[in-house]
Amino acid sequence: MAAGPTPDGGAAPAAVAARGLARRFGPVTALDGLSFEVARGELFGLVGPDGAGKTTAIRALAGLVRLDGGEARVLGVRAGARELRERLGLMPQQYSLYRDLTVEENLRFFSRLYVLPRAVYRERVARLLAITRLERFTDRRADALSGGMYKKLALACALLHEPEVLLLDEPTNGVDPVSRRELWALLGEFVHGGMTVLVSTPYMDEAERCTRVALVHRGRALLQGEPSALIAQFQDEAYEVHGGDRDLLDARLAALPPVREASPAGARLKVVVARGARDEVAAALAPLGATLAPAAPDFEDLFLSSIRRAS
Amino acid sequence: MTAPRPAPTAGDGPAIEARELSRRFGAFLAVDRVSFEVERGEIFGYLGANGAGKSTTIRMLTGLLAPTSGTGRVAGFDVRTEPEAVKASIGYMSQKFSLYLDLPVRENLVFFGGAYGLWGKALARRADEVLALADLRDAGDVTTGDLPGGVRQRLALACAILQRPRIVFLDEPTAGVDPVARRTFWRIIRELAREGTTVFVTTHYLDEAEYCRRIGLMVDGRLVALDTPAALKATWVPERLLVARGRDLARAGERLRGLPGVQHVVRFGAALHVRVAPGGVSEEAVAAALRSAGASDVAVEGAEPSLEDVFLAVVGANGRGAEAAS
Repeated sequence: MAAGPTPDGGAAPAAVAARGLARRFGPVTALDGLSFEVARGELFGLVGPDGAGKTTAIRALAGLVRLDGGEARVLGVRAGARELRERLGLMPQQYSLYRDLTVEENLRFFSRLYVLPRAVYRERVARLLAITRLERFTDRRADALSGGMYKKLALACALLHEPEVLLLDEPTNGVDPVSRRELWALLGEFVHGGMTVLVSTPYMDEAERCTRVALVHRGRALLQGEPSALIAQFQDEAYEVHGGDRDLLDARLAALPPVREASPAGARLKVVVARGARDEVAAALAPLGATLAPAAPDFEDLFLSSIRRAS
Repeated sequence: MTAPRPAPTAGDGPAIEARELSRRFGAFLAVDRVSFEVERGEIFGYLGANGAGKSTTIRMLTGLLAPTSGTGRVAGFDVRTEPEAVKASIGYMSQKFSLYLDLPVRENLVFFGGAYGLWGKALARRADEVLALADLRDAGDVTTGDLPGGVRQRLALACAILQRPRIVFLDEPTAGVDPVARRTFWRIIRELAREGTTVFVTTHYLDEAEYCRRIGLMVDGRLVALDTPAALKATWVPERLLVARGRDLARAGERLRGLPGVQHVVRFGAALHVRVAPGGVSEEAVAAALRSAGASDVAVEGAEPSLEDVFLAVVGANGRGAEAAS
């Protein structure tokens, strides 16, 4: 994927530019020099463990958090500037809809906030209701919506003013796998239509769907780039473990230094092993009746071993 | 000083038993004649879309909400007629659990212990035990509000197991928790089950559901599938499953839908999962079709279905359109 025009290349400024973002909250360092840049039309992912600084970064880009240092710019303009109000959309983690209002009433309320003309409102609401498949539920109160439907309504409200840049903070937390796919399909359509999307997520499969990602840890970007390129540069080796008793294997693997990560998630056991340490690990597992088979590393393997190495 | 006694149980039947359990809210049937049994010491996963009725089922089984019809027995007690006995027998971690954020971790445990009738040295000892079990040994003096979300979830679990319940209900305990913290959490759940605790758990992370001995799957208030993970895969994804990796797959995947035997094409992260009926196209044919549609670095291989494949198949077959899954 093309990286897009650079801000100093004379072309249009980056959609989002975070340069050395720094912010402390009392004893907690939330952002510690976080830098990344999102080109126009990208679907960019901020990926990282709890407390990495993802939410603070998004809030800083929306102008909701004062920075101790660094600079946050959106569409070439300082974050929080008034002129961005109509060009930027934000879906925070706890999106506040009016729970006692219906789907339709919530949409109308937000359209008035953005002062949309009636005809424009009607056309946009019809389209947003169609793509979020909420048409049949316009009379339902927000507090009677399921988690996935509530998120989709929140997304529709954040999109009413057709922002050029959309920031989403963990939009699929607590959303079931089917609704999660619908939401991501929507994001894909918006990006296809020219919108720039910056999304934070704890889901590794979602990270893989981004054009580029930054892996954020302790307020800094550990890695950034295309997910497939990052996986290709992976320094360790991944294997599947066949045979053996799961509990005995877990205990043995936890005690082996070259084993960076043992992921018991899924029916099969996957291990990430330091480059060249295959024979040592295989020898240690053989008495337990287990063997190693090469496996393709995925983004979760990359995430877990990068975080482990940085901690 | 003796250790606190295990919470009471009656009889030696299943840990949890639901018979035609139903709950109506006005015109809306949230739970529709659900029947199942959970054995003692089992990790039982309860899956379903948002709004499918999972939390309503849990609220009935924990004695918090009376069923409209049907019966539920937990630890041998009837959830309708003996809700207090049920509550005394179980631990429950709700989606919106409340901890005192301004208190240190240990004081939250002391507070909840007091509510369960624990006190003095017995409470102090039990607090140490659950802190160790929840991997919070060094966090006792930390202000709860300063803990990251995943660690806070572990403290909520520690509070829920203070009274040594034989049965715990965990409603989306890992929602919004990153992969590292989720793993720690599940190590603790498995440890509890090894010690004989029955675990009833809901989650939207289907990789975690693989840890469950059996899984129930709800769609629109009904329990439509119930079995071990392996049996669910065999039943619901009987086709060959091919996994395609490569670049620019998303749009190219559309091209696969017309190929012989191709029944579903679903995105999984950067990959595509392609379900092919017997006698349908080969790996090579799928790879060739993707390449001709503009994808590059294509690799296609057979794979075991994941529980997410199962979930999409079950939900697709029970109402919501299959296009929802693409």
